[in-house]
Amino acid sequence: MTTPATGADGAAATTRTWRKPPMIRNRWLRWLIVVLGAAYIVYAVDDVNLDIDRMIRGIPKAIDMFGQMVPPDFSRWQLLLEGLLESLQMAIFSTAIGVVLSIPIAIGAARNVAPKPIYLLFRGYLGVVRTLPEVLIAIFFVKAFGFGAFAGMLTLTIASTGFVGKLLAEDIEDIDPGQVEAIRATGGGWPMVLLYGIQPQVLPRYVGLCIYRLDINLRESTILGIVGAGGIGATLYNSFGRYEYDFSFAILLSIIAVVLVAEWGSAAIRARIT
Amino acid sequence: MLQVENLAKTYPTGQQALKGCSLTLDKSQVVAMIGPSGAGKSTFIRCINRLVEPTAGRVVLDGTDVTALSGDQMAKMRRHMGMIFQEYNLVERLTVMENVLSGRLGFVSFWQALFRRFPQQDVARAFELLERVGLSGYENNRADALSGGQRQRVGIARALIQEPKILLVDEPTSSLDPKTARTILGLISDLSHERGLPVLLNIHDVGLALMFAERVLGLSEGEVVFDGPPRGVDEAILTRIYGEADWRQTIRHAGEEADERRDRRAGANGDSHDGAEQSDIDERLKWEAARR
Repeated sequence: MTTPATGADGAAATTRTWRKPPMIRNRWLRWLIVVLGAAYIVYAVDDVNLDIDRMIRGIPKAIDMFGQMVPPDFSRWQLLLEGLLESLQMAIFSTAIGVVLSIPIAIGAARNVAPKPIYLLFRGYLGVVRTLPEVLIAIFFVKAFGFGAFAGMLTLTIASTGFVGKLLAEDIEDIDPGQVEAIRATGGGWPMVLLYGIQPQVLPRYVGLCIYRLDINLRESTILGIVGAGGIGATLYNSFGRYEYDFSFAILLSIIAVVLVAEWGSAAIRARIT
Repeated sequence: MLQVENLAKTYPTGQQALKGCSLTLDKSQVVAMIGPSGAGKSTFIRCINRLVEPTAGRVVLDGTDVTALSGDQMAKMRRHMGMIFQEYNLVERLTVMENVLSGRLGFVSFWQALFRRFPQQDVARAFELLERVGLSGYENNRADALSGGQRQRVGIARALIQEPKILLVDEPTSSLDPKTARTILGLISDLSHERGLPVLLNIHDVGLALMFAERVLGLSEGEVVFDGPPRGVDEAILTRIYGEADWRQTIRHAGEEADERRDRRAGANGDSHDGAEQSDIDERLKWEAARR
């Protein structure tokens, strides 16, 4: 851009530059973190014995295994279907129960709604449940209640309350307090505030969370069988154990199909309601 | 009707919002509380229905000591106090009808509220009120699909369906354009006269306050520094409330318009509402022109 001659010289002499301030202000600390990070990566790569030789030797074995996988063997489709249906049942039942239980849990775990002791109690529960991976909970329930779909169902129910409870609680904490204030001002008691002040504000998100969780539970239910908690996972694990790779592949393809359909359906529904 | 005695509120942060304010409201009139931002106007209003818990002082409504009530009793008491908000505070995802009927939540059971089975007379009243505030036909629109002025009309209907003994109004026009602001204040003031309903109105626009109020309360730094008729609000008073500024224009024009409004109300009734609105707009334009 050309500027008029008058006064332009003075302005050009004191051109002021600007840079975005760095996230970590201390220059030494900034570089120390970069160096430490690089050093750790070097150490970690060394420590896990990244063995190129072993990788190369593994390749033919892998190719051999894939060779045995095709063509997939669908001849025992009854067994396959049985496993899939069990997984589906686990997923649907646990979602249905889990998302209902999530409501009181979420209300208890919302800071702006629950009294402090109750808030801490429910946040504690959510913390524990969300820390434990599903497979770990499943192992515990298989030990407690024996092999089968019941253990898997319990696992997914608990995990669902953790997931939906936490996210719904956060959503309740984010609501517009003005609407709650207005319902309180009409003389509505606590149940009315819940019904008119809070529920309409979080309902679409809650429905979205439920569908998303159903999608997750469908995926999880196919894997829990590996630790003995019922569903198609057990069938898959056994087929690998017996080197029936063609059957394994058939099972894998079915799982992929179910998960894809679930994910696509869930995304389509959630896009519609929010 | 309403007595407020030495009301004080100190927030946990140590901020003294109210330092002993008193007010007696013994007839149905529009009382406007004016004062700069942070003077304690909102706190004052919210201490009356205890959305904000006062630290000291008493609020007495029709002989009942509001400040002494327990939580449950207070909810029951709030049914008799209608409230209108600055940001409307409608339940955005519900219909206009549900929002109006939510004013009856203190009177119905949980199941009635859950399944929207409000008593027939409530529904009939809701329709009447929607008609009165100029929103007939809007009952099934969602609140978030309305304009600001329409939302505030719903807010007014919601407060009135409570059949309150007093109307608390917190900055009803701050989120509205000047024309809509005047229409809404006119509606509130007309409804107050129709129903003999005392109104305690919070407003920071002095011009509007003087135009619509029959009594003005000046708040400054948590204290009542003026209490009297709008005629008595002069430059000295405004300076006491707000500090130094040029007040002449605002007061003179507002005062004239207030007189006109009173004449109109005495002369015509009800059906001239739209005409009145139109002449309000003309007045406003003249007023703006005079200011320049």
